[in-house]
Amino acid sequence: MSVFQQIFSAEFVAMWLRVATPLLFASLGAVICEKSGVVNLGLEGIMLCSALAGVIGSAYTNSLFGGFACGIAMGLILSAVFAYFHLVMKANSVLCGTAINTFASGFTVFVLEICTGEKGNSSSLKSFSFGTVDIPLIKDIPVIGEILSGHNVLTYAAFIMVGVIWYMLYRTPLGLRIRADGENENAINSVGISVNRTRFIAILLCGVMTSIGGMYLSMGYLNMFVRDMVAGRGFISLAANAMGQCSPVGTMCSALIFAFFDGLSNILQLLRIPSEFVQMVPYAATIAGLVIYAIQKTESEKRKRRQMGRKVLENA
Amino acid sequence: MKNITKVYPNGVVANRDVTFEVNTGEIHALSGENGAGKTTLMKILFGEEKPTSGSILIGGKEVDIRNPQDALGLGIGMVHQHFMLVPSLTVTENVILGIEKRKGLGIDYRSAEKLVGDMGRKYNMYLDPKTKVRDLSVGQKQKLEILKILIRGARILILDEPTAVLTPQETGELFAELKNLRDQGFTIIFISHKLDEIRELCDRITIIRHGETKGVFGLEGITDEELSQRMIGRDVQLTVEKPECRRGGAVLSAKEVVVSGDGDKPLLDRISFTLHSGEILGIAGVEGNGQSQLVDAITGIGPYDGGEILFSDSTIRQGDIRRIRKSGMGYIPEDRMTLGISPSLSVTENMIADKIDDPRFFSKGGFIDNGGIDAFSRQMIDDYAILCQNGDVSISSLSGGNIQKVVLAREMSSNPKLIIANQPTRGVDVGATEFIRRKLVAMRDSGCAVLLVSSDLNELLGLSDRLLVMYGGRFAACFSSLAGVDGQTLGRYMLGLDKQDEDEISRSAM
Repeated sequence: MSVFQQIFSAEFVAMWLRVATPLLFASLGAVICEKSGVVNLGLEGIMLCSALAGVIGSAYTNSLFGGFACGIAMGLILSAVFAYFHLVMKANSVLCGTAINTFASGFTVFVLEICTGEKGNSSSLKSFSFGTVDIPLIKDIPVIGEILSGHNVLTYAAFIMVGVIWYMLYRTPLGLRIRADGENENAINSVGISVNRTRFIAILLCGVMTSIGGMYLSMGYLNMFVRDMVAGRGFISLAANAMGQCSPVGTMCSALIFAFFDGLSNILQLLRIPSEFVQMVPYAATIAGLVIYAIQKTESEKRKRRQMGRKVLENA
Repeated sequence: MKNITKVYPNGVVANRDVTFEVNTGEIHALSGENGAGKTTLMKILFGEEKPTSGSILIGGKEVDIRNPQDALGLGIGMVHQHFMLVPSLTVTENVILGIEKRKGLGIDYRSAEKLVGDMGRKYNMYLDPKTKVRDLSVGQKQKLEILKILIRGARILILDEPTAVLTPQETGELFAELKNLRDQGFTIIFISHKLDEIRELCDRITIIRHGETKGVFGLEGITDEELSQRMIGRDVQLTVEKPECRRGGAVLSAKEVVVSGDGDKPLLDRISFTLHSGEILGIAGVEGNGQSQLVDAITGIGPYDGGEILFSDSTIRQGDIRRIRKSGMGYIPEDRMTLGISPSLSVTENMIADKIDDPRFFSKGGFIDNGGIDAFSRQMIDDYAILCQNGDVSISSLSGGNIQKVVLAREMSSNPKLIIANQPTRGVDVGATEFIRRKLVAMRDSGCAVLLVSSDLNELLGLSDRLLVMYGGRFAACFSSLAGVDGQTLGRYMLGLDKQDEDEISRSAM
């Protein structure tokens, strides 16, 4: 079977959506945070901790919901720590985020060993996973049914969240404040809204989204926690948010592009193209795109100034 | 506001025992030079700064204003000099920010848009509720700021230098709107140092200088001279021995230089002048009338968008600072601690910062020649009477005057053909001030050209051979001889009360 046949198969598309799910959750979280003016580099660590918390929580409470609650709580706690140090103690956000990531990779292995006696994975724990959903009627349509139906419930949730987050940002008072906060915090201050309170809420919302993304990895994509299983997805989500210019729909598209290349790299190994090369492509393209965008922007600003200068001289 | 005193943590006293009173339904001017403490006083009233001592009374009742929300609750609103708007949001969104009304989960945009439209029509300041703020002109943005505080129920409006960014037409519109508001019973505090505008608009004026009130006046019963004297202060004659000016060839010339601003009004509007060797050309003006843009453009730090600046026969371009300095321009910047020095380095290191690549002095086979550097540094410390233990101490440990002397030593030891001195003696003690002034005159006598920008009128009158006055991004006057010119006369030009004939200015500015 040729490579193209593989790409244009329903299986590939289905895999693509599966790979995209955690990116989508985390990058939507990044959208909220970034809109409020906070760069949250700690997504990676929050995903990892929540992935573990979900698994352990479900194993100990013996319920899927218990695990879900534990994962969310983990995300909220880490986000609150991040927010406290960044907003209240005025620490640099990059440092706070990096601290959370470093903490997470050690902490998860430590807890994993306490709970299972192993350092590699949680296969000895009997944990729960999110189920798959078969959409009636659609599942019987050939090809389309194969693509759209039978995914994990969180995959559907991720795409629904794109709309939910859009509505929250562009149609609710909280969203308005978050957007204003990120663009001109003085505007917020001068009408008597607390900048930090708004940001705190944004960071917590981001934490919830990110922790769901993390739980998908250990309770959907796989059925156990594996050491360092997030593998850079938190950072890819930040990149997707940047490329999507911080808009929910744009970010979804970017996340899908990154996920596409991720999926593609598996297939292209058959052609003896190293997977690392393929995985590099979207980032190289992003850098090129951002450079071109930045050059255009400064050039047009310069042109505008020149034009105004000429106008003044002509009016004289 | 009674006996307000504000001392910043760094010891700067912004307001000293200021008492400020405004009646309901009047437009009251709060006036004084930049840095006099006007904005600080108003920020205290709006709850953005806390007073060190003193009290605020509204309608006879003492109130406690801890943040802008308190102030808005008491009906006080402020339009800041720099707009507090969010460019990517619409007019409506900016107005309702913080007071959003919901319908279900989301914001009730329809009724909000109607409210904004209605309010705009009611106060004769209509703006399309759906336009994005980034597409508004500066004048419209100002209307929006006023609408914002009106919708929050403000009865006392503070406007901080609202006309600084407006074209004359926009200013006219704004004044009509403000008078309309006054007639509807609003109280307006108008911060400005433009006497002509204050006369046109206001009922009474309070003058602040160096953080203290210099009196409250009805505008009917006071002359411009009295006002400007109270704002700018009396002149104390300054004596600097100064031989006759021996003017040489042109060193720097500016032709129709334009620097555009954010709005339609340019910050520098077709500025032309020539500076000759062996003369000191002074530039006077209330701060914010284009002096910084002019200095930035000449030194290559900032842009200019039209016209041409020529320095020793080559055009000056932004970012070309190294070449400009190499061709003989020295610069004593206004902001000493950021542009003048590197605070974390030593005295010596600061002194040689612009000469470290000079092979004659400092590189021996690619290495730094410490012996040579030390000798040079000792020489400079002697020549400029810089008070420090030795050249190795951190420059931050020096006093303002000695720091400025280090800057002076560095700039003048490169044998410049032109020195740009921007506020060279601000915040400098008396002894160092005199030293710096004498040095500037000595440089001029040796054939160097000096451009002196200063807010100290005595300094300008004492040192300059010719003097330009800037107002609103243009020259309001040019004096080719300073005989008979005093602070009073300058004050009238600086505040926009007088203006020389264009032809006369351009002739004597060459």
